[in-house]
Amino acid sequence: MSNPVLKLENVTMQFGGVVAVDNLSMEVGEGEIVALIGPNGAGKTTAFNVVTGVYAPTNGCLYLDGKPYLCEHPTGRAKHDYLGSDAEKFAGKPTLRKTPDQITKMGLARTFQNIRLFGNLTVFENVLIAKHMHAKGGFLAATFHLNGKEEARMRREAMELLEIVGLAELKDETASNLPYGQQRRLEIARALATDPRLLILDEPAAGMNPQETVELTEFIREIREQFNLSILLIEHHMNLVMGISDRIYVLEFGKLIAEGIPEAVQMDQRVIDAYLGVDLDA
Amino acid sequence: MKNKKTRNLICSLLLAAVLVGVLLYIDNSPLKSSMLSTVLQKGAIYALLVVSMNLLNGFTGLFSLGQAGFMLLGAYTYAILTIPVDQRINVYQYFNGGIVQFQMPQIPALILAGAVAALFAALIGAPVLRLKSDYLAIATLGFAEILRAVIQWEKLGPLTNASNILRKFTGYDSILFPFIVSGVCIAIIVLLINSTYGRAFKAIREDEIAAEAMGINLMKHKMLSFCTSSFFAGIGGALLAMFQYNAHAKNFTTAMTYEILLIVVIGGIGSITGSVLGSFLYVACSEWWLRFLDNPTMIGTFKVPLLGHGFRMVVFSVVIMVIVLFYRQGLMGTKEFSWDAIFAFFGKIGRFFKNLFTGKKAVKGGAANE
Repeated sequence: MSNPVLKLENVTMQFGGVVAVDNLSMEVGEGEIVALIGPNGAGKTTAFNVVTGVYAPTNGCLYLDGKPYLCEHPTGRAKHDYLGSDAEKFAGKPTLRKTPDQITKMGLARTFQNIRLFGNLTVFENVLIAKHMHAKGGFLAATFHLNGKEEARMRREAMELLEIVGLAELKDETASNLPYGQQRRLEIARALATDPRLLILDEPAAGMNPQETVELTEFIREIREQFNLSILLIEHHMNLVMGISDRIYVLEFGKLIAEGIPEAVQMDQRVIDAYLGVDLDA
Repeated sequence: MKNKKTRNLICSLLLAAVLVGVLLYIDNSPLKSSMLSTVLQKGAIYALLVVSMNLLNGFTGLFSLGQAGFMLLGAYTYAILTIPVDQRINVYQYFNGGIVQFQMPQIPALILAGAVAALFAALIGAPVLRLKSDYLAIATLGFAEILRAVIQWEKLGPLTNASNILRKFTGYDSILFPFIVSGVCIAIIVLLINSTYGRAFKAIREDEIAAEAMGINLMKHKMLSFCTSSFFAGIGGALLAMFQYNAHAKNFTTAMTYEILLIVVIGGIGSITGSVLGSFLYVACSEWWLRFLDNPTMIGTFKVPLLGHGFRMVVFSVVIMVIVLFYRQGLMGTKEFSWDAIFAFFGKIGRFFKNLFTGKKAVKGGAANE
């Protein structure tokens, strides 16, 4: 992979004495769909929160399109308590800590495990708000509606997006009134409205029935083609993961235990042990 | 669709014309010094104060209680800048006429009143806006209280006249004035709320984490909302000072903030028209309609029990409790007044009577007949 969209370099996340993510290095290539799986408590969501800037990593660097956006190394007390590896690797580098909104502006958009829509606003407004960060008109220009062209463009693009995801008829519906599956779709549409290079989906099929899961799989494939996206997803539904992913990373107890194409990962003994448990008598 | 738009526009213009007509009539008649005129003026000023607080509390979801502080700043800035130079020696009688020795025209002074309030908002916003909900409320409340004390500080006397009253500054003649200023300011706030920044504010209210994940810079947008709200609170404070013919730090207490917060809640958190409607109703109720409860009344030889000084506030509190109990979301909820809704309502009533008179059976829903 010559030019990965997302790259994690020796990322460690430690909370007190617990190392939730330990020395994780991974890459998402251009146009790839990559899945991050693992048993409950393996550190998937923590890894996710590090990637999206919700947590600053204890150690390690993250790059988007080759540009670093988070870079940390333990210092002082944290260094003394540090339980991970490679503490010295980034010691010379300046720390870099972008906030989630800056990271979104760099081209990384996400959805949430427990849907976080703007519940009291309409479907259309939900998508329109995601267009705000690209607005060039200033505060006063916007207040006095002098940015008519830009506003019209934002509205048009938001509407186009709703048509693509099939929510155009529901545009004036309050977001929290939508059925569950459509709320998931809307959340993805909202993330797409930020014009991302990389889309990160946190358990997109959580709580979906098999039929909805099949539709979602199809939907994710479609948007990858249409928006020229790379996608990273965390998921429990093995059907979805195995059917859709180009590559899979498997975490257990914060450590990477396997990576590769779905067929290889499925056969990997360590992955089978992690998911099914090891018979100690054997 | 287009027809409806023209109809709504005509209705709005008509309403505005009627309002201006009524105000002009009151302005040029003995009614000018009546309770009606007082209620209208105070209602208009309160409308601006309530809408500016609603922008912050209702639309951005920041629970701030600094309103009285920003009003105080606005009122004092305006008053200090517009006292005629030859009157200053009378007003600042203990401070040799004070240090400000010029008089500004009314409108620039009014804008500056807002600007000073916004400036202070920017200064305290940087540390305070990192706090959430109750903590933010306490911090802003503290700011307002500190400000009230600082303004009355003896050392600041040459500027603020310390604990003495500020008066003789430029007022207004026509009761149209507070309506125009309030109207323009509220219109600007409405424009803001309907712009892309207004939508970003609402996103922050709905879910901060999601808003940040959508690329909205939380600090920047909270700051914008806080400063804008304070700007208009400052202008509202200046108007209130004009209405009362004096500015006195003692009047801008926390109770005033609570009063305004109360109207925000009664009108509907997140509804501009609710705030405006609530302001006029609140002022009319507290100042006028319930006045009779304060006077001992005799019906024949029977003295009505309980009526007497202070009873008004008891009834008023009960009225407010009833409103909050039966309109959980305030009078308007998060909805706005719209002509479409009004016409739909009258259409329904019209159909009902038509059916009544033509002898048709009134079918529930009305539309089934057509």
